[in-house]
Amino acid sequence: MGPMQSAVPIGRQHDNSDAWVSERRFYPSPSDSVVSSSFSLIGINTQIQYGNGSHPGLILKNALDAKEQHRKFELVQRWLSLDEGVKTQIKTFLLQTLSSLVPDARSTASQVIAKVAGIELPQKQWPELIGSLLANIHQLPPHVKQATLETLGYLCEEVSPDVVEQDHVNKILTAVVQGMNASEGNNDIRLAATRALYNALGFAQANFTNDMERDYIMRVVCEATLSSEVKIRQAAFECLVSISSTYYEKLAPYIQDIFNITAKAVKEDEEPVALQAIEFWSSICDEEIDILEEYGGDFTGDSDIPCFYFIKQALPALVPMLLETLLKQEEDQDQDEGAWNLAMAGGTCLGLVARTVGDDIVPLVMPFIEENITKPDWRQREAATYAFGSILEGPSPDKLTPIVNVALNFMLTALTKDPNNHVKDTTAWTLGRIFEFLHGSTVETPIITQANCQQIITVLLQSMKDVPNVAEKACGALYFLAQGYEDVGSSSPLTPYFQEIVQSLLTVTHREDAGESRLRTAAYETLNEVVRCSTDETAPMVLQLVPVIMMELHQTLESQKLSSDEREKQNELQGLLCGCLQVIIQKLGSSEPTKYVFMQYADQIMNLFLRVFACRSATVHEEAMLAIGALAYATGADFAKYMPEFYKYLEMGLQNFEEYQVCAVTVGVVGDICRALEEKILPYCDGIMTQLLKDLSSNQLHRSVKPPIFSCFGDIALAIGENFEKYLMYAMPMLQSAAELSAHTSGADDEMTEYTNLLRNGILEAYSGIFQGFKNSPKTQLLIPYAPHILQFLDSIYVEKDMDDVVMKTAIGVLGDLADTLGSNAGSLIQQSLSSKDFLNECLSSEDHLIKESAEWAKLAISRALSV
Amino acid sequence: MAPHDIRRPFKRPAISDQQKRREISLLRQAQNRRDAQHQARCLASTVLSLQNQNSEPLSESAASEELEIALETETGPEEVDSEHQARDIDVREASKLKGAEARRWFARQLMLPEWMVDVPDRLNHDWYVFARPAGKRCFVVSSNGTTVSRLRNGSLLHRFPSALPSGARIKDVSRSTQSYCILDCIFHELDQTYYVIDMVCWAGYSLYECTAEFRFFWLNSKLLETGACAPPSLYHKYRFSLLPVYNCDEAGLHTAYTEAVPYVKDGLLFYNKHAHYQTGNTPLALVWKDENCSQYVIDTDSKGQVPNQQQVILAVTR
Repeated sequence: MGPMQSAVPIGRQHDNSDAWVSERRFYPSPSDSVVSSSFSLIGINTQIQYGNGSHPGLILKNALDAKEQHRKFELVQRWLSLDEGVKTQIKTFLLQTLSSLVPDARSTASQVIAKVAGIELPQKQWPELIGSLLANIHQLPPHVKQATLETLGYLCEEVSPDVVEQDHVNKILTAVVQGMNASEGNNDIRLAATRALYNALGFAQANFTNDMERDYIMRVVCEATLSSEVKIRQAAFECLVSISSTYYEKLAPYIQDIFNITAKAVKEDEEPVALQAIEFWSSICDEEIDILEEYGGDFTGDSDIPCFYFIKQALPALVPMLLETLLKQEEDQDQDEGAWNLAMAGGTCLGLVARTVGDDIVPLVMPFIEENITKPDWRQREAATYAFGSILEGPSPDKLTPIVNVALNFMLTALTKDPNNHVKDTTAWTLGRIFEFLHGSTVETPIITQANCQQIITVLLQSMKDVPNVAEKACGALYFLAQGYEDVGSSSPLTPYFQEIVQSLLTVTHREDAGESRLRTAAYETLNEVVRCSTDETAPMVLQLVPVIMMELHQTLESQKLSSDEREKQNELQGLLCGCLQVIIQKLGSSEPTKYVFMQYADQIMNLFLRVFACRSATVHEEAMLAIGALAYATGADFAKYMPEFYKYLEMGLQNFEEYQVCAVTVGVVGDICRALEEKILPYCDGIMTQLLKDLSSNQLHRSVKPPIFSCFGDIALAIGENFEKYLMYAMPMLQSAAELSAHTSGADDEMTEYTNLLRNGILEAYSGIFQGFKNSPKTQLLIPYAPHILQFLDSIYVEKDMDDVVMKTAIGVLGDLADTLGSNAGSLIQQSLSSKDFLNECLSSEDHLIKESAEWAKLAISRALSV
Repeated sequence: MAPHDIRRPFKRPAISDQQKRREISLLRQAQNRRDAQHQARCLASTVLSLQNQNSEPLSESAASEELEIALETETGPEEVDSEHQARDIDVREASKLKGAEARRWFARQLMLPEWMVDVPDRLNHDWYVFARPAGKRCFVVSSNGTTVSRLRNGSLLHRFPSALPSGARIKDVSRSTQSYCILDCIFHELDQTYYVIDMVCWAGYSLYECTAEFRFFWLNSKLLETGACAPPSLYHKYRFSLLPVYNCDEAGLHTAYTEAVPYVKDGLLFYNKHAHYQTGNTPLALVWKDENCSQYVIDTDSKGQVPNQQQVILAVTR
């Protein structure tokens, strides 16, 4: 077996822990063709196409899933279909490789074992695996023990806990925790064991309910945080972070000890360890914020897990510990996108603590702010400002407003006068936080008044001329300042400054250094928000902005022969400009008088968008597409004149599997165009429907695009009415299989249930559009054969009891649409359905206005259908 | 099993503006889809046109003419002929008609009762009874921010603001502009109130093909919601009022017949619970008058003249 060891020369890289084993990492052994062909079976062959029609349900199920899952499924099937003898041989080789003297070979073998286990254990195959691994633990050579622990760790990462019997779980945990024990002299073994425990924690549900076992595990983890080896300490803290979210409710007996350990690490340990120690408390905050949110929620008034108020109890010690970290800033962290250090982690945690405990944090932080904010050392001023900015979300406005009123002037002065850029950056960010959380129509006592509005705006506009990172934060502050006036009514306090603000933002976009610190992006985003929140008073100025932005966009199209770097910049700028035009179109299109004036630009704008498409960059494509959707809505039936030229880009967008956002946005635009053109879209429907059907059958397209495609069927049917007839034979079976797959969610996790509901809603919107499209047509009878299945679908999702409000509203509406269009033809079917009774009654008594409205409509339609 | 990345967003808003633009677009699209769907649902499935009227089975109308029992007679056949060219319009379009066209259309849309000349089968099971208010029978149409009432001959009675859906020019974002209502009413001069006897369309939905049972249920639950039954105000010139409707059992009949009501009674109306709203005369709606429950037992024609012949029913046996 000599060649075997050298046959696996490339170790798996750590940063690829969740990637499916790739063929590139395995070189077939020249002397062992069995192994080589088998490895290629695990790794290669991702391009296999299923023959059409063999398992339609299966294909669709995978098509509705992420493409990676589809590939995984194929590979799993390939492995399972291998000859038993070959598989046994491979598995034996793999286990033997764990004893290899080459570290990379051991490491790779442990990952492949875990992958194979991930396939076989759920099939109740390879029952002896865990036994033989555990036997390895007692082997003498430490490198075998280390490789075996690593394998157990990967195995726990690959395999779901429910396929490993409790007896094996116990033995794995025992082996792992023993390996972690302080008595283990070999640090490689101890590290492998600690990292293995991180993955094995999910298996320890039963063990964590047993006081003795839990105590033992916790003791070993806590001891490992004191190891002399930094990697072990870090891995042990990672375990604590994971425990804090997985076993929050079991932590009470240990929290005091953990606090001491983390406090020590934050104060003294190396940064990677200290960061994990802070993360422990951030993670506890996440848990308690979730629990308290559920407490305060309208529905249950309770949470499955009680809140132990660990943060509240730790507060007097926790806050000083975090404040201390704020003084450990790095010089240029604001210019470094990837920076993450003690001060940043500490401030972030402080913000989470404020959200967890609310008002209680204020008196604990105020002395620190007051003491440091005027100090000569910039670190102290910045830390004080950052502390202030961090606690602005959480405490009540009553508590914060008086403080902010005092601080505001100081902040404005600091933003203009402080000599340090870091301080100014944080000051501008803090102003933004003040406007985000304490300014707006819901806040009783306004922070921004007639008296200080002008000063605030002057300072922010001035600050937008500062260095890029400060200017970017000033734009951010202005963004939230504008947002606070979103519901201000017909007259906004910003009106007198509107022109100046817009002018200043445009000036920022032209700065030479606007490419740094995402300044240009921030300026356009703020311009967008200023436009979105503008009132009728400033509509003429928004209109004036149209030719300005159009000219900018035009200029990006003039430059030729660009380097790839320049092209990327051009594309980015086009994206920003299209985004801005989209916001303007949507704003002006929402009221008749401004829409009318805006329309004079429609032809030119459309022309620009078409030229942008010719540049072909995904993000520009998407932004232009979004903007065209808004334009189609504003233009209405006149949009037909753009269709001949626009159609090819529409098709191109629908074909863009790679950038699924582009595809999704294009699907939405098809809907916009359907509503704008109505029956005039007919000439383009063959192409569009073909593309949509291809998208649905594709297993490359991201699953999130599929529900909107179904909804789009409905849009098309509603637009072209009975002309949808020719697509019925394709669309209906698709809808039917998707409906069958989405009818039941049993055992699915929250994410899957959410997706299933999106899918159901799309399917139901399709049915709704099709029924309404065919209403009053002589071809109505074409739909009758589909009625039983649709009613059955409604019944089954009702019985399933896991639909959300949106699905409920759409579903009961479909019942009405079916009755409305099919009338007495479906009378007895409707009467037999559960939906027309229990489900309808439930919806009729719903608290949700939209559900109730749909239900009343359904009741009316059914009553009409039954009484004919 | 590398160290796990714990970086959290730093000095960044929760979502990017691009994501916000996407989300706002999706919201707009969802809203537009909802509007389109709503509009489609409101397109009434019944097209009530003048031509359809003309093609009604001859025997039925002939029979009713022969008997001459109808107080509220149908428009003469010669007029129907003269409008043979009239286009098919559904109630939704009709709600927007103006002038002479509206007059012609509405002149033939009311459901008219026949005299009660015998006791229908299953009277106590299948029928409602209520005391008819004295006054002008009319259609009340609310649409596009105004409310119009039209008499049996289609002529205009009032144009006024009301609290009915789309009945007044007030900003109400929750209602789409497609919304409109058609009510079958009697305008009672004395208290300047529209007594609603039937509901034909509500908030854009047609109730033509619904049973009386359902229409009355819908009428009772919906009218109150709008505030149309409230006393007159700036945007609500006339009060609307519901009538007490009873099952046709002994107690119900007795109550309808003798009960004191806030309006002047003009006979009793009987409605078959299962009947749809049908334009013109129908034996599924009946009217009874005697001197105890009506001042207008003696029939008059549309000019107020007493005709040569009077229809008399001597007794109704149970």
